[in-house]
Amino acid sequence: MDLNAFLDGFALVVEPKNLLYCLIGVLIGMVIGVLPGLGPAATIAILLPITYSINPVSAIIMLAGIYYGAQYGGTITSVLLRLPGEASSVVTVFDGFALAKQGKAGTALGIAAIGSFVGATISIIGLTLLAPVVADIALDFGPPEYAALALLGVLLVATIGNGNMLKSLIAAAIGLLLATVGRDSFSGASRFTFDSLQLADGIDFVVVAMGLFGVGEILYNLEQRHGKPHVPAKVANVWPSRKDLRQSSGAIGRGSVIGFVLGVLPGGGAVLASLVAYAAEKRRSKTPERFGRGAVEGVAAPETANNAAATSSFIPLLTIGIPANASMAMLFGALLILGIAPGPQLVDEHPDLFWGVINSMYIGNLLLLILSIPLVGLFVRILRVRPAILAPITALITILGVYTINNSVFDIFLMIGFGIIGYLMKKAGFDPGPMVLAFVLGSLVESSARRSMLIFGGDPTGFFTRPLSGSILAIFVVVALLPVVRHFWRRRSARVEAAPGVAEVDAHGGPGGVGVTGDDGGRDVVVLPSDALDVAGVGERVRVAKSGAGQHDHHRTE
Amino acid sequence: MSDLRHHPEGHDVLAEIKAEVAHELEDERPPAGGPGYQTVGALVGLAIGVGAAVMAYGYGLGSLHQPGPGLWPFVVSVVIVVLSALLLVVGRGLDDSEKFTRSSVLAGIGAITFVAFGLLMPLIGFEIPAVLLCVVWLRFLGGESWRNTVVISLLTTAVFYFLFLYGLRIPLPHLIAL
Repeated sequence: MDLNAFLDGFALVVEPKNLLYCLIGVLIGMVIGVLPGLGPAATIAILLPITYSINPVSAIIMLAGIYYGAQYGGTITSVLLRLPGEASSVVTVFDGFALAKQGKAGTALGIAAIGSFVGATISIIGLTLLAPVVADIALDFGPPEYAALALLGVLLVATIGNGNMLKSLIAAAIGLLLATVGRDSFSGASRFTFDSLQLADGIDFVVVAMGLFGVGEILYNLEQRHGKPHVPAKVANVWPSRKDLRQSSGAIGRGSVIGFVLGVLPGGGAVLASLVAYAAEKRRSKTPERFGRGAVEGVAAPETANNAAATSSFIPLLTIGIPANASMAMLFGALLILGIAPGPQLVDEHPDLFWGVINSMYIGNLLLLILSIPLVGLFVRILRVRPAILAPITALITILGVYTINNSVFDIFLMIGFGIIGYLMKKAGFDPGPMVLAFVLGSLVESSARRSMLIFGGDPTGFFTRPLSGSILAIFVVVALLPVVRHFWRRRSARVEAAPGVAEVDAHGGPGGVGVTGDDGGRDVVVLPSDALDVAGVGERVRVAKSGAGQHDHHRTE
Repeated sequence: MSDLRHHPEGHDVLAEIKAEVAHELEDERPPAGGPGYQTVGALVGLAIGVGAAVMAYGYGLGSLHQPGPGLWPFVVSVVIVVLSALLLVVGRGLDDSEKFTRSSVLAGIGAITFVAFGLLMPLIGFEIPAVLLCVVWLRFLGGESWRNTVVISLLTTAVFYFLFLYGLRIPLPHLIAL
């Protein structure tokens, strides 16, 4: 690691201007995390046009802040309203809300904030040490590796992501198709432009993202609004007692590691990490029946893990140039707008940006710790703002924002078109996340694949005989076939259900293998269908059923 | 992919909880769309795939050695067709869609105001459309009081005016010149 560049990065971050953007970013993140409605990916999408008017480092620092800030904010509604602000805080609801009902909302929020801070900081240290190494290895990647990696990324996001896998894959494939609109960079031929001049240069990523995520979500929220005022639980003392800290220190430590590791996986990210961390604590615990009834560890573990994962999901983006989730896809797009190709050369070619962003996270998390412990009352008050008041404001930001990119009215209509598609997709049970991610990676997949074919002289087996691309594709095949295997496995085990012990078999293995077991004889069974997982940061809302202490179900993402 | 794991003896409790949760969800969650929605979804995917495949074929597939501009989109289209066909067969029982209800009209009106804004802004500047959009969204879609509607609409538009034209110095089409 280049220590000088690392230190220069810090010097950059503490410049008042960058500090200010960092603060704005985490503040926005925290606020949208608290407010029901827009998620981080949608917020970043809506604010993408701002990257045209401020300097690259500040822009990325701010947008990154929105992403990890939202992880903090999401906790507050989980604990106080039983309504997770972000998908990655769903499990926090189980014990967080139980604690709030016992009048210990403050403790839950305090522990969550401390866990989040520790998890994120450990993860940033990991990122600081690991990222340059990974980037170094990735420098050897050729087009075949990139084609394979990008495809694997798309597949993982679609399979581990939210909703039905088949639908996610269809959405992803359509995203790949959308990326081909415009002039083919190899032959110059126009594709899918329908003789429109505006489409000849392809569809602008920002327009797609703002439409599918921004407008789509805004329209969807218009319909979903119930007008029920939220009455948050009272928050008393946020400083956790020494006993609470002692009790949750193990959970925070393990959560950090679990989060860091899972966050690196494409598609894994914060949601998966929070589930796995919760399950791990419950499995380890000598008194698993406490979980769901106000166990402090049940808040500490998932909140630590989701922040650690949110942080480490920057690794694939900054080192290989593959976004691990929808929010990272937004940052990927932002970097492209700024004329910076994310990839292994980033650390050498743009050390200021690379280290500036990473180091801003140390500061950003410190700011978030301050915001979420002493100032938590302020954010609780935000909950009283009615969504109806914010809706037209976000609508205007979106519509004026997209216009400013090219001063083009055509872009407004294109965005509205994608917005309506995004809305209809949500109604039909398709997650727009994989589509946007695939769209972002589409041209990389195509150009790498075609370049590879040139290298291989038209022989596609070349992908499999190169050790690196071969192993990546082997993983691809395993991931693709896993659900099929799982399907048959489940049918078999369903047939022998009656036999004792069989139900304990993990029919769920693989990258999506979250084991949340109701291992205390059923009273406290936690039902977490893996298809309800959300791609971290896609901006989905997940509501959790109103249920008595100890009976929970994470039912669905909207 | 739902996967419920539990001790065999926890069976009844689980069923109980599931029933309870399902009951409580009824007011939280809009009703599922049913098989019709799934079929339409799959058919749209199928149509996109087939249409794109035909067009891509027209662009020229070339060979693996010398891929034409249509090869990659053709491959992707075929994948879409296959997956959509699969969805058509196996997806009928899914309950992840949402029925269009009376409140879906709100989303429709929202979309119309977006379009109207896009049409009006180049003609009369952004101020009047912005106020109108706010009024429609606050009063008619959001059910705010007239007093709140007027105050928030004017305030929001004024803030945007100064933010975009003076703060960010972005030349939006505008009516009022200061």
